[in-house]
Amino acid sequence: MTVSEPPQSQTSSPTSERSLLPAMQVELDDAPETPAEPKIEVQGVHFYYGKTHALKGIDLTIYANRVTAFIGPSGCGKSTLLRTFNRMYQLYPKQRAEGKIILDGTIDLLDPSLDLNLLRKRVGMVFQAPTPFPMSIYENIAFGVRLYENLRPTEMNERVEWALRKAALWTEAKDKLKQSGRGLSGGQQQRLCIARAIAVKPEVLLLDEPTSALDPISTAAIEELIQELVEDYTVAIVTHNLQQAARVADYIALFYLGELVEFNDSKTMITRPAKKQTEDYITGRFG
Amino acid sequence: MAPAEAPAPPAADARGGAHAAYAEVYSSGLYRRRRWTNRAALALSVATMAIGLFFLAWILWTLAERGLVALRPVVFTQSTPPPGSAGGLLNAIAGSLMMTVVGILVGAPVGIMAGTYLSEFGKDHWFAEMARFVNDILLSAPSIIIGLFVYAVIVLRMGHFSGWAGAVALAIIAIPIVVRTTEDMLRLVPVTLREAAAALGAPRWKVVVLIAFRAARSGILTGVLLAIARVSGETAPLLFTALNNQFWSTNMNAPIANLPMVIFQFAMSPYTDWVKLAWAGSLLITLSVLLLNIVARIVFRQQKAG
Repeated sequence: MTVSEPPQSQTSSPTSERSLLPAMQVELDDAPETPAEPKIEVQGVHFYYGKTHALKGIDLTIYANRVTAFIGPSGCGKSTLLRTFNRMYQLYPKQRAEGKIILDGTIDLLDPSLDLNLLRKRVGMVFQAPTPFPMSIYENIAFGVRLYENLRPTEMNERVEWALRKAALWTEAKDKLKQSGRGLSGGQQQRLCIARAIAVKPEVLLLDEPTSALDPISTAAIEELIQELVEDYTVAIVTHNLQQAARVADYIALFYLGELVEFNDSKTMITRPAKKQTEDYITGRFG
Repeated sequence: MAPAEAPAPPAADARGGAHAAYAEVYSSGLYRRRRWTNRAALALSVATMAIGLFFLAWILWTLAERGLVALRPVVFTQSTPPPGSAGGLLNAIAGSLMMTVVGILVGAPVGIMAGTYLSEFGKDHWFAEMARFVNDILLSAPSIIIGLFVYAVIVLRMGHFSGWAGAVALAIIAIPIVVRTTEDMLRLVPVTLREAAAALGAPRWKVVVLIAFRAARSGILTGVLLAIARVSGETAPLLFTALNNQFWSTNMNAPIANLPMVIFQFAMSPYTDWVKLAWAGSLLITLSVLLLNIVARIVFRQQKAG
């Protein structure tokens, strides 16, 4: 991957505007110049855990080939919203969502008649804790591919290598593809999970605090990976780490108590947020 | 609560103060009372464990002492003898093996499927709750009642005792054990693993078969091994079903010899040859159950490591 960053980030001075983040070490990119296409449009979404009203009318847009970060204090609903995009909540009978989530301007993700398995093939997810399946590294990746594609062995080998290269795990894993995925380190396991998620070639990748259990070096590797993946995929990431949101995201959405406080491009959110609440959260005065 | 003005000396003071505070705690009546209570509780639990182990060791010692001398090659080559003559346990070993194998071949799949239903599909549904309750009752039901049930349902209708009836009784005893361990082991599979598989677009049955079963594989296998260990020593259900057979027979449609019944019959007899064989048979059952438990532990440990 040689074509990575658009050059404009280098030309504008990152220090021209002061970041509100304390000890902020990251460069702030300007908002992407090419107008982004909406990929997922969230329209008036409410979410209930039994009787608990966890999301209270969320409206926001996830743009194609951009990274959108969901931030906010614990229990604010950011993971809940992420889990509506692939209807993960449907594994649990007492959870339900209302409203509309439009994918590609046509499909309503909350339509009860939607084929969930096909949806989840298109909208992949990586979880907080690494979850390697109890099988070899190769099989971990082939598992998802086999669900929807009938590849010949050579094609499967190519796909596994492609996914591992994309997830920056190939050099470490290529000699132990037959070994158990559980034998990898935590950071490697999480990259294996990312490889597994992209191997089925989804259009959207949902990342639910993907680096919260990882050391700084693994975190940096995965953040770099996110920057590359966004060329091909649309990424939504939940994170507790404001620096991480500022580093990887093009757009940031701040949630508080089940409501969307503010949603804007990263630079605006971090340098001159429209709401006092956002400023307080970013500067560490609440949350 | 002095304000920390000079950083170094107060820190040293605090440490010295902490030591002084500990000394005060050590000499207090409350501490001594707690220490005494702790020692008493520890002594009691060690004593109870020693009592339990003492009887276990006694049983094993008696079995080894009387069984080992009787455990000669002829035990494995000849069938049970008439009173007063030499013989072995070959027919009983074969009969026990056949009925256990058939019983497990029937009981294990039924138990695994039922356990899977309870853990993966039924969950809190009223039918699953009821099935779980009934299974728990079955798990603790006296085995003689199961023998009596099979006698009434199968033996009386067929008109004769048979190996099949014995195998059915053993299967009924094995099923609740396998159901319970399968459900427990599947519930131990982390929900994150199921979510990860579902998030790739795997339909529910594939999540269960390809991911949950694989993760719980050795736990489920352990349950089956424990069920084998349990049924291989059951006597009461065979009393009403397989009965016994003095001669070599592999006909499952007729009464068939088995170790527990032979032990029961021979141990109570006045003939020394028979009594010796009963001890040999007891030792055989104990050793095979012990072996199965050890295998189960090794298998389970491998899962934890893998």
